[in-house]
Amino acid sequence: MSEELIADFRRLSCDADFWSLRLTDERAESYAVRKSVAQPPVLLTDRGAMLTAHAAGGCGYAATSDVSRAGLQSALDRAASWARAAAPRSLIDFGALPKPAPRGAYASPDVDKPAWSQRDWYDLLAEESRQAGCDPRIVDWEATVETRTAEHRYLTSTGGDVLQRYRFVMPGMSVTAHADGDTQTRTLNGYRGLAQQGGEGMLDRFGFVGSGRRLADEALQLLLAPNCPAGTMDVLLLPDQMVLQIHESIGHPLELDRILGDERNFAGTSFVTLDMFGSYRYGSDLLNVCFDPTRPEELASYAFDDEGTPAEKAYLIRKGILERPLGGAISQARAGLAGVANSRADNWNRPPIDRMANINLEPGDATLADMIAGIERGVLMSTNSSWSIDDSRNKFQFGCEWGQLIENGKLTAVVKNPNYRGISANFWRNLTRVGEAATMQVLGTPYCGKGEPSQVIRVGHASPACVFAAVDVFGGDAS
Amino acid sequence: MKPANIEEYFNEVAALLDRSVAPGEIYTCRLDAEISDFVRLNRGKVRQPGTVAQCYLRLHLIAGGRHAEQCLTVAGDLGRDRVAIAAALATLRATIAALPEDPHLSFATDIRPSRVIRSSPLPAGEEIVETILDAADGVDLVGIYAGGPVYRGFANSFGQRNWHEVRSFNLQWSLYHRADKAVKTVYGGFEWASETFAAKMAGARERLALLARPSRSLQPGRYRAYLTPTAMEEIAGMLCWGGFSGRALETRQSCLFRLKDGAAALDPSVAFAENTAEGIAPAFQDEGFARPQAVPLITDGRMVGSLVSPRTAREFALAQNGANAPEMPESLDMAAGNLASADALAALDTGLYLGNLWYLNFSDRPACRLTGMTRFASFWVEGGKIVAPVDVMRFDDSVFRLLGDQLVGLTAERELLVNGDTYRERNVSSMRLPGAVVRDMAFTL
Repeated sequence: MSEELIADFRRLSCDADFWSLRLTDERAESYAVRKSVAQPPVLLTDRGAMLTAHAAGGCGYAATSDVSRAGLQSALDRAASWARAAAPRSLIDFGALPKPAPRGAYASPDVDKPAWSQRDWYDLLAEESRQAGCDPRIVDWEATVETRTAEHRYLTSTGGDVLQRYRFVMPGMSVTAHADGDTQTRTLNGYRGLAQQGGEGMLDRFGFVGSGRRLADEALQLLLAPNCPAGTMDVLLLPDQMVLQIHESIGHPLELDRILGDERNFAGTSFVTLDMFGSYRYGSDLLNVCFDPTRPEELASYAFDDEGTPAEKAYLIRKGILERPLGGAISQARAGLAGVANSRADNWNRPPIDRMANINLEPGDATLADMIAGIERGVLMSTNSSWSIDDSRNKFQFGCEWGQLIENGKLTAVVKNPNYRGISANFWRNLTRVGEAATMQVLGTPYCGKGEPSQVIRVGHASPACVFAAVDVFGGDAS
Repeated sequence: MKPANIEEYFNEVAALLDRSVAPGEIYTCRLDAEISDFVRLNRGKVRQPGTVAQCYLRLHLIAGGRHAEQCLTVAGDLGRDRVAIAAALATLRATIAALPEDPHLSFATDIRPSRVIRSSPLPAGEEIVETILDAADGVDLVGIYAGGPVYRGFANSFGQRNWHEVRSFNLQWSLYHRADKAVKTVYGGFEWASETFAAKMAGARERLALLARPSRSLQPGRYRAYLTPTAMEEIAGMLCWGGFSGRALETRQSCLFRLKDGAAALDPSVAFAENTAEGIAPAFQDEGFARPQAVPLITDGRMVGSLVSPRTAREFALAQNGANAPEMPESLDMAAGNLASADALAALDTGLYLGNLWYLNFSDRPACRLTGMTRFASFWVEGGKIVAPVDVMRFDDSVFRLLGDQLVGLTAERELLVNGDTYRERNVSSMRLPGAVVRDMAFTL
């Protein structure tokens, strides 16, 4: 990011009390091989700036893809104009908020390491695609990757200057089988469910090589499998379903802007209320959940959020008791509660709001074998395929791609269309086993949606496998 | 970026590209731009006001059956963007040189120019927000105002030029009684009329009063239901998620493949079409193909068509029909029925009035089985009269039932529902839908 642009910012003029520039410059390359045909690459260069101004107690922003000095000045003028216009009607007295002056830097692992070439990627994806198309019942299959680098710079009129540099690798594999009126799909941890910071080393950590054939075999097994049985039973959720469970029924309900009502017209509110922090029993004693921006490979690790607050690890839930919400500096001031550094925007053209970033469930001490052995009647579920939850983040229903019965302490038959439903406020209290660190995976998604105007942002989740008791389980329609 | 100059800017970009491509090279170029005011409201006050001026070019270079695409942000001033556009072209040349030929490449060669401008002046965002907040006196209002011009352009080496410019607004707001009891209202269009807004706000206040009645918690079970057009929008939205896609139907991933195969059927009154002529989406697609006036998708309850992108057409030997790569409807039109909307509650008699549904997903995609929540103004009705708001309920049922043997009737009046999505950019799609009375809908939690 050019020093010239920083100099341009320092030369901007404004009579506001405080102003800032948040400039993002992201470059992405997307490659795919579908049914053994290389798809055309899609390249992205996305660069723009958001200017924010506080004036007369109000706050306004203006974003522009014109990052010339004139473009920045025009945006700053518009931001200040909005701040003054909104001041008499502002929900928040921005004049009373501290004016940050953060200084620091962050870099992803391997951020400067040479990246794979286009040829390297196409060779890998072509081989996985070739392996997946192994049976006439396999009707569609695709190997993909998106690689992305990003530079985010945050400058303030108070002398703040933060530079954060990121590198992301997000591979994907999907295989669909069809026969006798039914269709079953297996993916590698869900759609874009594999996403980490750093370089291509993550491919080995997740067994990307060989995944095409493995998923094809599993999709064919599902075609032959019966539907998941219905009933109340134990479920063993593997990490690629746990991350969805954490995301929807812990992450979102703890977002402070939802609790404060900002999202009620769109993403919704929360069953959690301000008075619950410090005393509410969210889950069993085994439940320990952290906001953790410090895990280097995790998708939403960073040193500062997008309003310049330094990011540190913090417990949200400890031994089942709710401790702290997911709220950035502005929400913390509104609520009078300590929060975390999670005021984030998905791009230069959207303003920061409370986001969950990395939300991780801390490991316990159970081995996977122990957890299976401890279940008399239940289902192992893996890889999220369906998610739905009410606007208070309470009544949920989730589905998985892969199910396997557990009978008398042993894994038995594969079942298709495993679904379960429950209520957040009760579900986590039935957490009976938490897997040891060896069962843990560091996952995430680049597609968490929220906000008005709407945003899709990168979030990370790390979790071990977990067992829940007395869950309402069911399968699909007979076919 | 100045609103008056954006079409001129795009023509200059196209002229630059015309001069820049080498013999044997073909380009297509799309422009996606907007200058949008976004004002977020909460508790009847301003939470987050701002303006976004963004301009993206999608440059696609084709040579010898090889091709790649580069999307880039630009300032909207050729003097500033010339270097970036040249660099993008150079990157694309280097990229495609190493690619194999693409057997599914398809691009428009017939020149089908078009120019649509719908650009009535809008009051300033600040002025509209004042009107909204004045009208919200004494109630708990939360929502978003989005307004301003949206631009879509297409150009290619063959001289085709398409321009679509719309100055529109979309106000979505909820009035809250308490907790999750609220009335949501949408006012969108091209010309702001304060009297229309006032009428909508008055209607919202009337429904808000109904939410003050003691709510009713229903037990899981099967209930007769009336789905308003806004509730139907969520159901139709799920069908749009690959349901009408030619590629998804060919590969049996569509939730409607059993309908196509004749293994399932909808009520004979059910008909869907992609009705570009009466929607608000551009009449051209991303590769420059013109869209037909209408593409019938379901007629007499049977699947009769699908949305086929140029790439899918090449892969499966089908005829393309103006669909973009995701093959999702952008102007979905469901045929009206015979039930007067004013008689919908009487036709419901006793059951659930569903003002909105929320967070739908598939619980069994091949069976077209959906789950989701009730939300906002949903009521228990007895004898054709609203008697109480209901606490949120989860449903889990198949569209093959709800719009099949359980369908009582569709309303004669339809609503044009302008898509208010603002992910990455303001959406320019819409749906026109009736309400539906269903005999039996399964609620599970």
